[in-house]
Amino acid sequence: MTKTVSRLYMALVYLFLYAPIFILIIFSFNDSSTMSRSVWSGFSLRWYRQLFQDRLIMEALQNTLIIALISSLGATAIGTAAAIGINGMKRFTRKAVMNITNFPMVNPEIVTGVSLMLLFVFFARALGGVSLGMVSLILAHITFSLPYVILSVLPKLRQMDPHLYEAAQDLGCPPVKSFLKVVLPEIIPGVVTGMIMAFTLSIDDFVISYFTSGTTQTLPIYIYSMTRKRISPEINALSTLLFGTILVLLLIVNVRRSKDKQQEAEREEA
Amino acid sequence: MIKSKTAFAPYLVWMGIFIIVPMILVGYFAFTDQHGAFTLKNLAEVGQYSNVFLRSIWLGLIATVISLLLGYPLAYLISRTGSHRQGMLIMLIMLPMWMNFLLRTYAWMTLLEDSGIINTFLAGLGLGRLHLINTAGAVVLGMVYNYIPYMILPIYSVLTKIDESVIEAAQDLGAGRRKVFLKVTLPMSMPGVISGVTMVFVPSVSTFIISKMLGGGGNLLIGDLIDMQFLGSAYNPNLGSAISLVLMVLILICMGIMNQFDEGGSEDGEGMLI
Amino acid sequence: MKKRLAAFALSLFFLWPAALPVSARADGEATPKTGVTINVYNWGEYISNGVDDSIDVNKEFTRRTGIQVNYTTFESNENLYAKLVSGGANYDVIIPSDYMISKLIKENLVQKLDYQNIPNSKYIDQDFLKPVYDPTNEYSVPYTWGVVGIFYNKKYVKETVDSWDILWDEKYAGKILMFDNPRDAFGIAQKRLGFSFNSTDPNEWEEAAMLLKKQKPLVQAYVMDQIFDKMASGEAWLAPYYAGDAATLVDSNSDIGFAIPTKQGTNFFVDAMCIPTSAQHKAAAEAYINFLCDPEIAAANVDYIGYSTPESAAKALLPEEVQNNPIYYPPKEILEKAETFATLPDDTNLLLDTLWAEVKMGGPGQTATLIAILAGFLLLYIAVVLYKRHKRRWDFK
Repeated sequence: MTKTVSRLYMALVYLFLYAPIFILIIFSFNDSSTMSRSVWSGFSLRWYRQLFQDRLIMEALQNTLIIALISSLGATAIGTAAAIGINGMKRFTRKAVMNITNFPMVNPEIVTGVSLMLLFVFFARALGGVSLGMVSLILAHITFSLPYVILSVLPKLRQMDPHLYEAAQDLGCPPVKSFLKVVLPEIIPGVVTGMIMAFTLSIDDFVISYFTSGTTQTLPIYIYSMTRKRISPEINALSTLLFGTILVLLLIVNVRRSKDKQQEAEREEA
Repeated sequence: MIKSKTAFAPYLVWMGIFIIVPMILVGYFAFTDQHGAFTLKNLAEVGQYSNVFLRSIWLGLIATVISLLLGYPLAYLISRTGSHRQGMLIMLIMLPMWMNFLLRTYAWMTLLEDSGIINTFLAGLGLGRLHLINTAGAVVLGMVYNYIPYMILPIYSVLTKIDESVIEAAQDLGAGRRKVFLKVTLPMSMPGVISGVTMVFVPSVSTFIISKMLGGGGNLLIGDLIDMQFLGSAYNPNLGSAISLVLMVLILICMGIMNQFDEGGSEDGEGMLI
Repeated sequence: MKKRLAAFALSLFFLWPAALPVSARADGEATPKTGVTINVYNWGEYISNGVDDSIDVNKEFTRRTGIQVNYTTFESNENLYAKLVSGGANYDVIIPSDYMISKLIKENLVQKLDYQNIPNSKYIDQDFLKPVYDPTNEYSVPYTWGVVGIFYNKKYVKETVDSWDILWDEKYAGKILMFDNPRDAFGIAQKRLGFSFNSTDPNEWEEAAMLLKKQKPLVQAYVMDQIFDKMASGEAWLAPYYAGDAATLVDSNSDIGFAIPTKQGTNFFVDAMCIPTSAQHKAAAEAYINFLCDPEIAAANVDYIGYSTPESAAKALLPEEVQNNPIYYPPKEILEKAETFATLPDDTNLLLDTLWAEVKMGGPGQTATLIAILAGFLLLYIAVVLYKRHKRRWDFK
């Protein structure tokens, strides 16, 4: 009895989470010329065709990917170095630094966005009135992804044997090489997780981009302008494609992870 | 260990330029007028919008409570299922988070409209239509929908870390299922609840767009007010900065309160484990 | 190390303009001769974009000149102003309305045009030259013009619509849309009260604000271009908007009617093309303006967007029924009764912004309330801290 109730409860919450998304997806195949969003009038792929012909969307997508790629790489480099630094700090300094690091995560997004906008506009004026755009977006995205990179690298560093690096150096390995050969392999899972996180955060970000984009359009900004206008089912088609991509990516990640776990278990058994 | 200072330097510079300086700029704008002269007028003017603050906090609180009431049982149930299905279920919680929140909110728009899918469905069943969109309820719904994963995930991760033997010990000592839950599981999951509450409350209070898309004209929140001053229809970045400053103070106080509970929670937890 | 990083950061800033044209490469079809991209900032739904076999104006411009167009849209004059002043965005062509243009001229945010680069400006009709908002005609070239009226759904609104009063009719509570920008919204209240749009009397503005606050419970939402969606789907029944959008709206839902409140008067507006002072590609921007003034292009463009053209040569190319349609080219008596927005003095503007925020956010709050909220949270914090400390001491005992 209680099992049925709890099953039912779980089903209901998942329905709550997925019903809107599924309805979006269903109506992306709706062949309606009146653009009604609640009357089904036949199956069609016209909104997908229109989507791919929409130059502005493709441009926005390209911008989004460029920004996500550069900012995630930048955040990973700076963040990993920072994590190594923080890991070597004394307890008190570490606590203080972590507090500042966590600040962008707890600060309301809109305040971060507004404050970065003030900064970029100030810089832009100082440089003779250049426009905000790609560069300001990349800088902003690195800034908000940094804490996430640091927080995913730090635990790996803590798990690592601190003497490994020293041992490598004692054996005559130069610092850079011993970092690459000894430290990096140990912490690479954390670094990769951090980078993926930075990448997805960057792709998804709207609020901070909205304030720092200048004349550049990213996908979320374009979606926003779409929702403010005459709404076309193109937006549904776009959602469906994004959802499909994410679903496939997550499945791949999950399958790989469970394989790893299996191998690990087998190794342990052996 | 690796020379920490060299590795840390780029980050330090970065934080200085992109976190500290912007905050100083917000403060500078909040305390000056258009011509850059010192003034307290902006801060005094923030008071005019006290009802917006009240509404934001109130709606944020309701959304947080609903998320907790909906999310806790779910996290609990997930943590009690077999380990193979657990990963799948948690992935399903996270999946919607990866979709842009504008699209998720937009989906609700099409559902809640007077001529939307829910109402078409109700009318088809012969039940009357309901007025759903452009109400405070719709805004709360949007918040709950967007932020409930942030409630479920931390609670779930704390619940899975609870040592089974503690619960077994309680049962051995004669505690019933209710008592085990109330005296052992619930107190031990408090850290998860606290971080869930924080992670839902902060974005709910400071959201903009959700209120614009689902709340019509009458349910604007602090976020909309700030947007209005910077890129919206009532241009006044000085007032906008002052509002941001007040919002930040408010959030920081809330975080302070939460932190107090959090420390206590983990200490209690540790104490119990020993 | 620190220094090197600072230098790196600085060089990034210097590379800024160089990094911009990345967005230009998206369009694979056109072969850019110049490699220049201009940033055009226009109202939403305000250019022919190639849908339904219309002309894609921006694509055509790129095809002819090789200049790429990064086209973005704004919602209202006030949004444009905010983005221009504080958004750090450099636009090359903007298309604001009359009163905003004079404000931009006054604040030195737009620059003088070189009419030698805009030969097609000769097609602009005499009536639109040297307008009030740009008395020397040096800063702007008219794009379109129109009046404001009321859209209504004939299925639900059976009475004749001839007055702004209907937007305050409780019968239609929850089905009324309202402008989401201060000038247009206040304008309707002012005309209903018989005031001028350009009044400098604070009492008149306060009174108009009172009227808008009274209307607020009846308003479904404050929107701009979302009106297309909400009216077409029958979600809303009444909405004041620009006459030019009548074609689009009636097309999407044949139940929609349009009326201009003749008795109380309405707003006559001109949207004109300007070049901001911060523009990076002035010559290319002028080429764009010139292109849009080409009568054939102008005709094809207004044929799609529905607004009225200030060029007789372009008007002559439009279908007969459009030329004679009183919605797009209203008779003289309506135009004579219509008033134009003028720039307001600074203090009136400030009052307007405050009143507008008040209308949208609900009546004026009290500083005391806000302080009470903050104090409440602070007290809670202190209480928690004290409680914890107390409890810890208790536990020790």
